[in-house]
Amino acid sequence: MLQTALETEPSQVTKSERDIHVSAFRFMLLARMLDDKLAALYRAGKIHGGVFLGRGQEALSAALGISLRKGDVFAPLIRDAAGRLAFGETVLDSVRTYFGSPYGPMRARDGNVHRGRPEEGMLPMISYLGAMISVVNGILFARRFQKKFGTVGAACIGDGATSTGSFHEALNQAAVEKLPLVLVIADNQYAYSTPTSRQFACESLAHKAAGYGVAVHTVDGTDFPACMKILGQAVARARNDGAPQLVVANLLRLCGHGEHDPSDYVDSNLKNSPLGRDCLKVAEEFLLRKKWLDASQLAAMQDEIVHEIESAVAQAQREPAPDPFAEEWRAISTEKLSEGNF
Amino acid sequence: MSLTYLEAIREAQARALRDDPRVFIYGQDVGSFGGAFKATKNLAFEFPGRVLDSPISEDAMVGMAVGAAIEGLRPIIEMQFADFSLVGFNQIVNQAGTLFWRTNVPCPITVRLPFGGTSGSGPFHSQCVEAIYAHYPGLIVLTPATVEDAYSMLLEAVAMDDPVIFCEHKFLYYHLKAEKLPDEALPIGKARIAREGRDLTIVTYSAMVHEALEAAKELSAEGWEIEVVDLRSVKPLDTDTVVASVARTGKLLCVGEAWPWGGVTAEVVARVTAEGFGLLDAPPQRLNAKDTPVPYHPTLWAAHRPTARSVAAAARNLLRQ
Repeated sequence: MLQTALETEPSQVTKSERDIHVSAFRFMLLARMLDDKLAALYRAGKIHGGVFLGRGQEALSAALGISLRKGDVFAPLIRDAAGRLAFGETVLDSVRTYFGSPYGPMRARDGNVHRGRPEEGMLPMISYLGAMISVVNGILFARRFQKKFGTVGAACIGDGATSTGSFHEALNQAAVEKLPLVLVIADNQYAYSTPTSRQFACESLAHKAAGYGVAVHTVDGTDFPACMKILGQAVARARNDGAPQLVVANLLRLCGHGEHDPSDYVDSNLKNSPLGRDCLKVAEEFLLRKKWLDASQLAAMQDEIVHEIESAVAQAQREPAPDPFAEEWRAISTEKLSEGNF
Repeated sequence: MSLTYLEAIREAQARALRDDPRVFIYGQDVGSFGGAFKATKNLAFEFPGRVLDSPISEDAMVGMAVGAAIEGLRPIIEMQFADFSLVGFNQIVNQAGTLFWRTNVPCPITVRLPFGGTSGSGPFHSQCVEAIYAHYPGLIVLTPATVEDAYSMLLEAVAMDDPVIFCEHKFLYYHLKAEKLPDEALPIGKARIAREGRDLTIVTYSAMVHEALEAAKELSAEGWEIEVVDLRSVKPLDTDTVVASVARTGKLLCVGEAWPWGGVTAEVVARVTAEGFGLLDAPPQRLNAKDTPVPYHPTLWAAHRPTARSVAAAARNLLRQ
């Protein structure tokens, strides 16, 4: 078994450090078990459209989510169930959006991972993920404009989105405006099926930071305590310095792009490499070894999570489908200027 | 005192900044330089910290505006040329245009597009992009033709809770003048009868309103009375005023500076045909720019776009039917 970063450092464990790690782990486990449930529902034909899992990315995601505070801004990527939950999203919001419940935050107008509550700082992604970064910039800009300080904004993308123009424009914009943005790149080795060798030619995506004049942090995304430490530092630096931070995490997507994708193109050498280890297993072993959690507590946690997920799924499944005749079919808020449909 | 169309846009922004602390302006060269056309002249000095140069990043400019709007501000984005807004197209139509419908959170941004042809501007500084924005749900698309409308509609755009694509015509910037700024105006969504007539209705908008009015004057000397409807806003489109005019004249010519495939003129013809087919004494006609990129040389440019002369010729053909 591979050693993790924190274990090599002098131990100054406080109770709160234990608590925060256990709490983050619980969000990882909740996300994994929720993902597994959604995948099962997808295979049973109960979910319209796609299902996108965060398997293998939970440590990075939870570490970010738990480092953010209420009042911060979070623009997650499609594999950020753990971070969303840690930031405050409910299981019910997730399940309702997958089922297309009219009571979900997107009211069945948008589905699966395209969910959020902008008024609570959780941005619902559009499908061009790089495009969310400048929206986070705008919120951070507006706060400074209104002399509201102390909050940060996090945006998450994969290796694929670093090839988009909007990534470049937005990171440069954040640097020019000196905004407290934490831009997290989950380099999971594939953008859908495209390997990183066909995505970029630089040695590491971390090298991009110098070109934009932003601080950079790198982390092994499979290493739970390392993720906790690095993401915590990046968020704290953004908050204290008021300047953008780029975080590059290396890991491997342990699932298909979506559940429709058997992902047989993933190189088996990668799967068998340190990148291919399961961050959830790493985290569990870390906590058990540290005696921050014991087997019975873990089992109790799993039971509790099963109940939480099952009750949310049962509730969402009982809810009615959206009624097209009750739908307003109006895309603007100024009602008198709505054109109507013909 | 007299005031140009461009000065009216500057004055509207000054007033919006003065009256509403949530307003800020963000765009290329809009700061101390005052904008490529000087539409923000001196505003950076009068309103420190609220008129900001952006990097050449149309995508991020609009994205930032959407974020600021979510946070309760009222951003005005200046695209240096409407043509360049296409680089930010995704953010405009997919981010700004979908936000309210998806989340119930309004997106009050105003995107100013200096648009339309001027002599010598060529393919990438002349485009008319109103139809592509109007095609997407979630956006209001305005095309003021007068100094008064440029002023009042821009103020109304900034006050509105929805994303507004404000198409300000560069050809009108300097030569169109008014004696004073208006105290009151038609609301957005209402078309204006720019000239009354009984023989034929020309429906148009923006700079083409003036070509149509000149054509109407020419035809008046020949004994024809042409009614000119200025749409003012292409989305929403005031079908009622258009159909009422066609009811009076029985003949419809739609004139647009944009390209011929689809677009505003086709939309107007479709609506009049659907709602007022029985009112038409002749098949409705359209006159648009030619289906090529906008040419550079003045002689080619003048032939590419509709002019008073070609509008009058098209009207004569229709009047003889």
